[in-house]
Amino acid sequence: MAEFRLPKNSRIKKGQHFAASGGGNTTTFKVYRWSPDDGENPRTDTYEVDLDQCGPMVLDALIKIKDEMDATLTFRRSCREGICGSCAMNINGTNTLACTTSIKQFKGKQISVYPLPHMEVIKDLVPDLTHFYAQYASIKPWMQTDSVPLPDKERLQSIEDREKLDGLYECILCACCQTSCPSYWWNGDRYLGPAVLLQSYRWLVDSRDEYTGERLEDLEDPFKVYRCHTIMNCANTCPKGLNPGKAIGEIKKMIAQRHAL
Amino acid sequence: MSKSNRPLSPHLQVYKPQLTSMLSITHRMTGLFLSLGMVVFTYWLYQLATAPAAANGTIQFFQSTLGTVVLFAWVFAFAYHLCNGIRHLFWDAGKGYSIPAVYRSGYLVVISALVITAVIFFLSR
Repeated sequence: MAEFRLPKNSRIKKGQHFAASGGGNTTTFKVYRWSPDDGENPRTDTYEVDLDQCGPMVLDALIKIKDEMDATLTFRRSCREGICGSCAMNINGTNTLACTTSIKQFKGKQISVYPLPHMEVIKDLVPDLTHFYAQYASIKPWMQTDSVPLPDKERLQSIEDREKLDGLYECILCACCQTSCPSYWWNGDRYLGPAVLLQSYRWLVDSRDEYTGERLEDLEDPFKVYRCHTIMNCANTCPKGLNPGKAIGEIKKMIAQRHAL
Repeated sequence: MSKSNRPLSPHLQVYKPQLTSMLSITHRMTGLFLSLGMVVFTYWLYQLATAPAAANGTIQFFQSTLGTVVLFAWVFAFAYHLCNGIRHLFWDAGKGYSIPAVYRSGYLVVISALVITAVIFFLSR
């Protein structure tokens, strides 16, 4: 059942304020904090960051805060160029990658940073993605075949068939779409969610995969696919500009067509 | 460390309302409203057949100010649910998934629902 309020241990309290040390060109970052060690509720700390001494992206500001103001701030990051998906978080109300989100676009207004929504928090901006990865593994994200290719041949694909994978293979599994989906919030235990279903479709349309029927059969369940109600928050928030909602629509069509045969 | 003391990160509390999610929840709420309305409507039909004088009371209620507000909401709920239902049919056929198309059809649904409500409400009086 949908639980709209946060549980008692998750309600957010007001935290500390860290003033800027330097010049006048500052922006305030309101950042979600929670530590597993002190038994306290989550809080939001505010940090004034001197933008003249800071890189252009929200991730640059978080790194600056950790380096210079508060070393206890915890977040995931790696590539800083939008390809690893580690720094996915909720920035000013929508999910995106901190490393590709410019500070400037918010025009000096306060920038709120929260972990990906409706997830268990491990610490600060780090959510537990175990269940998400388990769901990803459940769709068998690899090529399944019965036929044996000749030893000196690769499995070839026509240009047209290869093009069907465009808009799917680019997904970096950052979970922005997954955790933007209200349906995933309420039914994430059994609904696979937009990211996992986009990946599922990526294998369904791959001309080299020989288990399309089994894959579709596996998806046919009241929850796995059909909790998608085409809300479309997923495509709206995807930092890579992909469209999980459309992929899910295609899966629904494939299941319906399979029955029409 | 026990896993259970981990907090749930905020969701509705922080996620920005946007056309996509707002139209979706409106579709649900209008659907619920119309389903409840069916109870009232069925009851009124029953009254009409068995006790026309009592059915008159219902007519008078819908002519009062409060009744008019309820009726307006009812007509809008019907018009919105119909238009957005058609939008869903296009999606089911695999069309209109791009974000610009989603926004275009979204605004179209809202405007159409308002126009239909206005036509039924004001022009037919």
